[in-house]
Amino acid sequence: MTDVAHTTEVAAVDSPATVKPKARVKATKAMIDRYKWYEVVALYAGIALFLFFVLAPFIEGFLVSLKPLSQLFSTPYSFIPKTWSFDSYVNMWTSVPMLGMHIFNSFFISTLVTLIVVMVVVPAAYAFARFSFAGAGLLLGGFLAVNMFSGAVLLIPLFRLMRSLGLLNTYWAMIVPGAAFLIPSSIWLLRTYMMRIPRELDEAAWVDGASRLYTLRRVILPLAMPGIVVVAIMTFIGAYAQQFIFALTFNSKTEFMPLPIGLFAFFGKQEVIWNELMAASFVGILPVMIVIVILQRYLVAGLTAGAIKQ
Amino acid sequence: MTSTRSATLFALALLAPALLYILVIVAYPLFDTVVLSFTNAALRPTYDFVGWANYQRIFSAGNFTEVILRTLIWTFFSVSIKMIIGMAGAVLLNAAIPGQTLFRVLTMPPWIVPMAIGIFMWGWMYNGQFGMISGLLQNFGIISKPWPILAAGDSAFWATIVTDVWIGVPMVTIYFLAAMQSIPRDLYEAAWTDGAGRFYRFRRITVPMMLPAIITMSLLSLIATFNSFDIIYILTRGGPSGSTTTMIIDTYNTAMGSRKYGEGAARAVVICIFVTLFCLVYFRAVRKLQQGEAK
Repeated sequence: MTDVAHTTEVAAVDSPATVKPKARVKATKAMIDRYKWYEVVALYAGIALFLFFVLAPFIEGFLVSLKPLSQLFSTPYSFIPKTWSFDSYVNMWTSVPMLGMHIFNSFFISTLVTLIVVMVVVPAAYAFARFSFAGAGLLLGGFLAVNMFSGAVLLIPLFRLMRSLGLLNTYWAMIVPGAAFLIPSSIWLLRTYMMRIPRELDEAAWVDGASRLYTLRRVILPLAMPGIVVVAIMTFIGAYAQQFIFALTFNSKTEFMPLPIGLFAFFGKQEVIWNELMAASFVGILPVMIVIVILQRYLVAGLTAGAIKQ
Repeated sequence: MTSTRSATLFALALLAPALLYILVIVAYPLFDTVVLSFTNAALRPTYDFVGWANYQRIFSAGNFTEVILRTLIWTFFSVSIKMIIGMAGAVLLNAAIPGQTLFRVLTMPPWIVPMAIGIFMWGWMYNGQFGMISGLLQNFGIISKPWPILAAGDSAFWATIVTDVWIGVPMVTIYFLAAMQSIPRDLYEAAWTDGAGRFYRFRRITVPMMLPAIITMSLLSLIATFNSFDIIYILTRGGPSGSTTTMIIDTYNTAMGSRKYGEGAARAVVICIFVTLFCLVYFRAVRKLQQGEAK
């Protein structure tokens, strides 16, 4: 389909006689996308409603962080703060004494998980993308089947495993199982990407006498770099967003707790200081959110690459 | 180059780290779960095999079938609502109107923010005395007194579903959007030329072309939702009086709360059986779809 479109385009550029059909195609595109005024209103209203559902908790959480506690616990409810106060952003550092450490831990754990996953996944994805050996399909299926089981289901044996490996109450108790469940989809994603690299390149290197490892390192890795970046970002987000159950069960040392667990201790108390909890949440996620906004285009690429089959 | 024996060895060497990792951290624990489910393992270091006793106990206790049923209903509503909102979101974000890129970016926060932190925010919104939902409903005069949403069984059940939908929607929306954009434009243009309206094009082109994506996303969403732990654990811990206790929460409470590892493992095995069943149904559906295409 795309080939045909491409040829027409090339032809159109080549000869002036075919310019007209191209112009007509453009006009069709414009008209099919033209909305009547009430359709535009309906679309924006729908988007507003949709985004309100998605963003309401964040807006409310942010406004709560700016309300003094006395106003928070008063009726009637008001969405907009009556008096603005930044006290919670100051007091949270004493209420959650290790807040800085928790923010660092979240970042540190996700970074190590990402490193492990990338190191394990790059060779595996290459093997699946390029080599056909007996049982390859079955093995790939086996990897994907890991997605069927969540950490919560395997919690008991994982707990026993971590205990016998002596990893309980260390960073590794959160890093090692966290990485395992992110490996399979990353293999799938990177394999899809690597399959798009022309096979001729490997073969040319082979003919030139390059070893297989050399081909992987010097030919495939540089070409696959954009795909590896996407996989790394997706893994980091997965590791960052899902820090809960392993950290909750396998670690009880406050100094190793990632942000969600550090704040959960706060949440579990009888009298929750909501404005400080919200303030700490926003400050805690800020560094990573800034990075993600900068890398936003890779995100869409990552999600869509997995979606469209080759 | 790829069919020789050394090539196979090289491929296996490349696969070895990933394979070893999964074998130790996923496959062995899975095997161990099945083994433990036939034992009376608990906090003490030794345990004995007890045959089917754990399974007999959980199925005769009465509330387990109730938990299974509740989990299925919870999952069904959560997944269906996610699919509907996700599809609506994808259609809206696919419209060629100014602001498109910004709207797509604004969809992502629930997916990239740590889940637990999003759940904390919902926890406050559900607060009966001072929370946003109860507060706004009172301000608009829809309800007359505070509504402690998480304190009553029915509303807590639906509240946890809403939060689960909220976390899942961005992923479903972006995935559907990607699938929607991969539909060849010519199809729409041909239908448009023939005078087909927008809704007709959606029903006759978009939905059929997206069917594989819809089925795949339904399965992924089904597995994730069935295993959903954080939301219920943080918001209600399975309460009030068990009304939000799903199978995964039930397993966690048995294993980590009461430290009955053997019985907890048996409950975990039942979860695995359900997930396997879902996957089998999925593969059947995919095969049917492919056969339909072949005809």
